[in-house]
Amino acid sequence: MPALELTNPAAMPADWRDLLALTKPRVMSLVVFSGLCGLLVAPVMPPLVLGFTAILCIALGAGACGALNQWYEADIDARMRRTANRPLPAGRMDPQSALHFGVGLGFFSVLLMGLATNWLAAALLAVSILFYVLVYTVWLKPRTAQNIVIGGAAGAFPPLIGWVAATGHMAALPLILFAIIFLWTPPHFWALSLFVRSDYAAAGIPMLPVVAGVPNTRRHIFLYSLPMAVAAVTPWPLGLAGSIYGACAAVLSFVFVVLAARVLANRAAEPAQMAPEKKLFAYSVFYLFALFAVLVADRWLAA
Amino acid sequence: MKLEEEVIRRQRERSRIFGWLLGAFVVLLFFITIAKTGINW
Repeated sequence: MPALELTNPAAMPADWRDLLALTKPRVMSLVVFSGLCGLLVAPVMPPLVLGFTAILCIALGAGACGALNQWYEADIDARMRRTANRPLPAGRMDPQSALHFGVGLGFFSVLLMGLATNWLAAALLAVSILFYVLVYTVWLKPRTAQNIVIGGAAGAFPPLIGWVAATGHMAALPLILFAIIFLWTPPHFWALSLFVRSDYAAAGIPMLPVVAGVPNTRRHIFLYSLPMAVAAVTPWPLGLAGSIYGACAAVLSFVFVVLAARVLANRAAEPAQMAPEKKLFAYSVFYLFALFAVLVADRWLAA
Repeated sequence: MKLEEEVIRRQRERSRIFGWLLGAFVVLLFFITIAKTGINW
């Protein structure tokens, strides 16, 4: 009987830990959180089990996106240090299993969403999955430096889906939440892509720092942070959120813009000297969590 | 660990997890049905 290390691990049944890794659980946490916030700020509260199912479906849909993204980009992931140890590039899983897992998870999440909540929420979930996989992963990402600008829309769907799952219709507030995430995504990803740009260059992905250079990317980060800050504060003057949210959104966004200005002022070209970029990337994650949490707290306090 | 043992271990582990998930799904469907039909206990 041959020893395990002498065999091809991809030919064996996939380990459940690798199936879990395919769903990108860390990315999923932000998606689930924003979807939950969309649901919690809705004026109608669905029965607990239906709300839970809606969030579960958003999580499963995000997992499907992660799996299909990793299936399609296995060769690219193999060329980047950050992603080389994922199940497919590391050879721990058969690509066909990953494809079946991703497609199955996607179909299941949409069907369950439709049955448990409403078909508009299910349609939005289906559109977000298809947009992420077909428009972002397959079409935009390998072709244009603006990939993250348009592709960012896929990650902006969860609060909209959460709201629609609760109410059955769209409204101004979830559309503004969509706009906030849409405008937040480019500075968030470009900050990351600045200090891992050698990885993207090696993989042949035309991220902005690779194609347009580091100073140009820093300008883009700062410019995008301005409309993002405006969008973040907008629910307050429109009367869709209270003064607590307005004040917190203003402070959080001001800090974001200050950190983006520091990125703009940085002249370093080496990742080791990109402390402002790393700080902005870390803060951008905190920013979105804090902004949405404050919005939920504000709406609940007002109620 | 030999190949055959590893394959069996993985299959058993996956079967156990998918069994639990299927059970959880059936329970979830039951409660969804209750919530959708608006039955009060």
